[in-house]
Amino acid sequence: MEPFARLTAVAAPMDLPNIDTDRIIPARFLRRPRESGFGPLLFHDVRFGADGGERADFVLNRPAYREARILVTAENFGCGSSREMAVWALLDHGIRVVIGPSFGDIFFENCFKNGALAIVVPGETASGLRDALAARPGTRLTVDLEAQTIAGADGPPIRFEVDAFRKHGLLTGRDELALTLEQLPAIEAFEARRRVEMPWLG
Amino acid sequence: MSRTMFEKIWSRHVVAKGPGGQALLYVDRHLLHEGSTHAFGRLEKKGRAVRRPEACVATADHYVPTAPGGGEIADPEVRRMVADLGRHTGRLGITFFGRGEPRQGIVHVIGPEQGVTQPGILLVCGDSHTATHGAFGALAFGVGSTEVEHVLATQCLWQRKPRVMRITVTGTRPFGVMAKDVILSIVARIGAGGGVGYALEYAGPVIRAMSMDERMTVCNMSIEAGARAGMVAPDETTFAYLEGRPFAPRGDLWGRALAHWRTLPSDPDAIFDREIALDAALIAPTVTWGTSPQDALPITGRVPDPAAVGDPARRASMERALAYMELRAGAPLAGTPVSRVFIGSCTNSRLEDLRAAAGIARGRRAAVPAWVVPGSGAVKRAAEAEGLDRIFTDAGFEWREPGCSMCVGMNGDTAAAGERVASTSNRNFEGRQGRGARTHLMSPSMAAAAAVTGRLTDVRTLG
Ligand code: SF4
Repeated sequence: MEPFARLTAVAAPMDLPNIDTDRIIPARFLRRPRESGFGPLLFHDVRFGADGGERADFVLNRPAYREARILVTAENFGCGSSREMAVWALLDHGIRVVIGPSFGDIFFENCFKNGALAIVVPGETASGLRDALAARPGTRLTVDLEAQTIAGADGPPIRFEVDAFRKHGLLTGRDELALTLEQLPAIEAFEARRRVEMPWLG
Repeated sequence: MSRTMFEKIWSRHVVAKGPGGQALLYVDRHLLHEGSTHAFGRLEKKGRAVRRPEACVATADHYVPTAPGGGEIADPEVRRMVADLGRHTGRLGITFFGRGEPRQGIVHVIGPEQGVTQPGILLVCGDSHTATHGAFGALAFGVGSTEVEHVLATQCLWQRKPRVMRITVTGTRPFGVMAKDVILSIVARIGAGGGVGYALEYAGPVIRAMSMDERMTVCNMSIEAGARAGMVAPDETTFAYLEGRPFAPRGDLWGRALAHWRTLPSDPDAIFDREIALDAALIAPTVTWGTSPQDALPITGRVPDPAAVGDPARRASMERALAYMELRAGAPLAGTPVSRVFIGSCTNSRLEDLRAAAGIARGRRAAVPAWVVPGSGAVKRAAEAEGLDRIFTDAGFEWREPGCSMCVGMNGDTAAAGERVASTSNRNFEGRQGRGARTHLMSPSMAAAAAVTGRLTDVRTLG
């Protein structure tokens, strides 16, 4: 996993609440192999018309936001299906950071497992950011994971919370599997205890 | 100290603690499907072993054809995916219910049916509707594909403890109100994001009186309220369901398991982070009108008017939903013509669901194409043994092979753009059942009523 420390990039606002992972990547594309690249499929059915042409009104198609690498969203972004391809599509398109008041729980987890940073901020902070980005399209934000700040919009940098485990994972790009395998003695001890206490589980 | 059921199960599964409130949890059972092939492939490439193949059960559901009689998989990519799952499970010694296997079916139908799902266990699956298994008093939740790989390799998972919300349904269910109406009403009440960061416990007399099939319908849609896990305390109904199932404990072990299971329910004075109560008497047969499962109303209601909504973001999203659904504000929901009907999915494809739908279909005639897709081979055979298939086919419904089918359309079972589907599935997202297709979620009896009238219909008026 590619480590993440800091990013300065154009940020795009998405105002609709409850953007589900079916909208982020439709089900018919999920069979594709990871290597095939999911970027062109991101938001496919709202980004492209039935004829395959770009929809001019979709935010990421607008000239000011074409280079966006940060998304500022509304409530419950990434709700619905557990499909990790939603995060792959964002990453392959170049989006590394999503900022919003809340995220689908599984999507949120999937972000960190793939080197994307999902930042939860209060609803008013998110809507303030979206308004600022809409007022000045093409605004660049700087997201600093080490300092836990978002800068570049009006006012002082916004501080955000991220749990130490996830932060460390992103900063180092660590292999979580290897980390867990260090716990092998604890896993084996747990299994031995479980065999005695709950033998019906095998 | 008093503890919730969630807390009892969670604490029993902590292997180690990490920073930031993270815990390494032990996974008792792992369910897999075609979507898991990405994870199998990565493990194979890294040359890593599967830690506990005997804790895994796999099935083919999302991509299998469901046309009567089955037939070949036309798409070569899909054929490869299903074959790959067979190859990986074969090479690893994982139980696999593949195509043609009598126990094959939707992963959230076959787990409980085979007795793999049990009270007190921690169960995961790379699918967001894994909360279904919480109906047995298990802690069950969906995970992403990286987590599937992690569980295969380590039998463990890093998690942050969620908060716990209890949803108590009081009173008694009125005539015509099914479990689906109860959960749609709950989702409408707390909102599509209301359960984010929570595990839900469903409680109260209405839940207690439900069968296991009904409890599964309720827990299934926890994710539609934003919650990864939803659970119901195990009781005699649970134990009676499980006893004698192929993967359930037997003999002496059954007795020991039972003794443990009886300790699981939340203590009477346990404290929840949030409490919600609903009166079942106020619930009516429900349908969704929009493109989020929270957009649910009684069938007697009218399409809501965005102009009456103060919050501009909410108004904009309602306007968009009505445009997509091609519905007019203020129009009555009942009477809206539908193009087709889908009865199936991990929410509503079990025997009781099919019985309810057949009860409405009996002696009537489908006015639009209507599919019945049983959740598993076992459900299909049981339904056929009761003659439900004949009731459906006599009424002009199509009786199909088990799978996810038009719930998500990955296997090609999609609705056409502009078609309006009365569906017993769980998601009415834009494009969920096919690009441009419009979905109204409802119970199996409501879907059958829509099939025989060709319109959204209050099932209570059919008599
Ligand atoms: S039936 Fe639908 S919701 Fe359930 S597992 Fe299959 S695709 Fe997912």
